[in-house]
Amino acid sequence: MNNLVNRNIVRFILLLLIQVFVLNNIRINGYINPHLYVLFVLLLPFETPGWLLLISSFFLGLSIDIFAHTPGLNAAATVFMAFGRQGVIMLLSGAKGIEPGMKPGVKSMGFRWFFLYSLILILLHHLLLFYIEIFRFNEFFQTLYRVLLSTLATLVLVFLVEYLFIKKESKE
Amino acid sequence: MKYLFLFLKKQIFFFLFIFLELIAILLLVNHNSYHKTNIINTANGFTGSINSTFSSVSDYFFLTEANRQLSLENAALRNMGTLVSVSNDSLISIDTSYMFIPAKVVSNTSRRRNNYIMINKGRHQGIEKEMGLISPSGVAGIIVGVTNNYATAISMLHKNTRISARIKNSGQMVTVIWDGKDYRKGLVEDIPTHIVPEPGDSVITSGYSFVFPENILLGVIGEKVISGGTLNKAELIFATDFNNLSYVYVTKNILSEEVDSLEMTLINE
Repeated sequence: MNNLVNRNIVRFILLLLIQVFVLNNIRINGYINPHLYVLFVLLLPFETPGWLLLISSFFLGLSIDIFAHTPGLNAAATVFMAFGRQGVIMLLSGAKGIEPGMKPGVKSMGFRWFFLYSLILILLHHLLLFYIEIFRFNEFFQTLYRVLLSTLATLVLVFLVEYLFIKKESKE
Repeated sequence: MKYLFLFLKKQIFFFLFIFLELIAILLLVNHNSYHKTNIINTANGFTGSINSTFSSVSDYFFLTEANRQLSLENAALRNMGTLVSVSNDSLISIDTSYMFIPAKVVSNTSRRRNNYIMINKGRHQGIEKEMGLISPSGVAGIIVGVTNNYATAISMLHKNTRISARIKNSGQMVTVIWDGKDYRKGLVEDIPTHIVPEPGDSVITSGYSFVFPENILLGVIGEKVISGGTLNKAELIFATDFNNLSYVYVTKNILSEEVDSLEMTLINE
């Protein structure tokens, strides 16, 4: 249990640093803007109590915001995503339910499950993030284009990290 | 009883969600209206010092470009110096109501819809809100948050940035904004329909806002001119490369207090 908590704290800090110092500084073009830090919320164990899920997501978002000079923006999107997480898990697992010991990931849930789970949640997060940032509808399609490209970029990064680090880690 | 607890648990999840979202939106709204004081000042010493450390490493990668920009600016200043000494008969009057404070950029973005620039000078060095920020090649942003040793500015690449400008050739007043598409290109608005801007015309600051001095370059008119409606628009190619900002100047209007008090008396009458 303690090990699990520590691992998540380390993940929180690592993802924060990667987002703020690497991903926020990479310029591919104006439309691709990956937010890998949402991986923290995706990988939290199924048993995480609801309040902890929401509060840790809030603080992760707020920490990103403080570095990016956008207080509240990432926090709002991440809390929304955390709120949607329970529903998406119910939707995808259905009556089969989650057995104890299972973790959100390719190894324990299968590729299709984790792909859909990540795609829906990242899309929710990015939709909210980019539309709140604009806060007007006259750039609707331009923003949608930005959301879709960034979702794709984040998804690719999430799977890259999942295959390179997390799968190995959980084999131990 | 069991179901009651389950029900309550679910409700707590929902109320906590609403509560956290409200806090986030409150922070966001307070930050966006930049005349209000911010609840969380993102220009704080903590993020400032971390960003400085990071930028002192990444600076090495941009040394060549920074050198090139500074030497170009040096050359321009030298040219100006000779001009001034030749024409000592007050043909060229130098605007003495502005002071320039040099600063270094410690963090900067250019890919978002709303971009911010953080610099390593703050209240102790005389920086205040609503001062201008210019790069060696042109206008860069406007200061919106200040702490003791750091300041943040909204970049030209921000949806709230509107800069009062002039087309150099015709002298027409226009407004420069950013439409969020390309970090190299902005938009010149409010061009009267009888003026046809030529590609390559310079767009400079008007000096009416007391944020920027007159005649600071914003960019040049690009290929695309959008006509229709009562006013024309045109593409603007920014003079400043927002992807590559390292050394900047803060423009401080020394006479701004005097101007403000003059405007106050006008309002009171």
